[in-house]
Amino acid sequence: MTMPYYVAPEQVMKDRAEYAQKGIARGRSLIASTYDGGIAIVADNPSRSLHKISEIYDRIAFAGVGKYNEFDQLRVSGIRHADTKGYAYSREDVDARSLANLYAQYLGQVFTHEMKPLEVEILVAELGTGMHAPQLYHIAYEGTITDEDRYAVLGGETETIAERLEASWTEGWSLPEALRAAVAALAGPDRTLSGGDLEVAVLAQGNGRRAFRRLVDEELSGLLA
Amino acid sequence: MTLPLFSTTDDPGPDFAGLIRRLQVPLPPAMTGGTAPAGPSGGAGEFRHGTTVVALRFAEGIVMAGDRRATEGHAIAHRAMEKVFPADRYSAVAIAGAAGPAVEMVRLFQTQLEHYEKVEGVVLSLEGKANQLGQMVRENLPMAMQGLAVVPLFAGFDLARGTGRIFTYDVTGGHYEETEHNATGSGGRDARTTIKLGYRVGMSRDDAVELAIEALYEAADEDSATGGPDLIRGIYPLVATVTAEGFSAVPEDEVAERFAALIERRRSEGRQP
Repeated sequence: MTMPYYVAPEQVMKDRAEYAQKGIARGRSLIASTYDGGIAIVADNPSRSLHKISEIYDRIAFAGVGKYNEFDQLRVSGIRHADTKGYAYSREDVDARSLANLYAQYLGQVFTHEMKPLEVEILVAELGTGMHAPQLYHIAYEGTITDEDRYAVLGGETETIAERLEASWTEGWSLPEALRAAVAALAGPDRTLSGGDLEVAVLAQGNGRRAFRRLVDEELSGLLA
Repeated sequence: MTLPLFSTTDDPGPDFAGLIRRLQVPLPPAMTGGTAPAGPSGGAGEFRHGTTVVALRFAEGIVMAGDRRATEGHAIAHRAMEKVFPADRYSAVAIAGAAGPAVEMVRLFQTQLEHYEKVEGVVLSLEGKANQLGQMVRENLPMAMQGLAVVPLFAGFDLARGTGRIFTYDVTGGHYEETEHNATGSGGRDARTTIKLGYRVGMSRDDAVELAIEALYEAADEDSATGGPDLIRGIYPLVATVTAEGFSAVPEDEVAERFAALIERRRSEGRQP
């Protein structure tokens, strides 16, 4: 009879974390930033049809980086959770916090119990109301959840990108200001990103019941110019 | 609640009704093949019944309007019921029939359209939406056989074709596209006659709203289950338009003014109001 090799739990966790981090760092990054009229999400994504950012509910948006099939499955389950909750209770009862908790629990469970952790990092953004400030829930591959009320950076090289964004950050800036700073932070000093290389969406106050809206083509280039 | 995750071979896709069936969220009995409780006469009891709704096409889109009365047998159950709803940005649905299942069907239909749009990332075609509603009406058939029929009217702006389109339904879920106009509910016949007499192809938005209002006025005059303008309480029929700019409710002030003008005009012409 052969005995299985003993591997220390610390080593298992370290290997898994390294594996997930590598997978995420291979992809491109994403920034979500609040501005005076809501939340803007900017992703370095040249595809017009494979979205990283999408609508979950009236005032909630989702963004993911890493492996597309993995975060897309999370996106769809988020829509299902929100629509079911809104249908069973009321539209007002759907909130980002409970959804972010569900995501965190699921990611944490997969990280500890499954062979392969999910190679994703996700963001759940909720537009503020008169009573609540806007919320950005940032959930990492192992289920760590952090909430931000200014901006969040997801993907590889997050530290350098966050530093660049922090340098230009202004409280209560306008949408064009926020977008230009986010694009510059994503691009860095050596690259330039234009409208065609980006996926941009906003959760905007005054958009009616469904606050989510994609910014494309002329509208986007106008805002970035 | 837990995160609704399914294996790839067993995924409900963008179908919301299928999803909540799987998650065992209580659905209205119609959607689970249940039956209605029997009333005193062996058939359906005295349930709330909704009443006259009309839809007609004009040059830029469609107008949809409905009265506000709900009845329970011969009694008025509700005076300010809403029977015209936005289904999504580019379509509207109006209901006639048993109020409870009808309102629930609209809620499920609205959620279904938005759910599909979010999951798939594209909006269903107008025809696709009409088919979806047809399936819901068909699932209600066992209830309809017991007297709880729901007969909606669906209309919207077809962005691909650049035109307004109207669909009518029967209790079996069969749906038929109307070329110009239709009305349903207990006062539908009277409303249809009025629209038929006043309808012109390619009419303007204002003329179409006016004609819809006149049709409801005539229907309320002949049918006890259709409410006319309630001048005392200030309750007026709901009127909405759907054009390339989307769904838009006609302001209540405008509806009130049009009713007042209609009554005044008939008086001054020496006709019965």
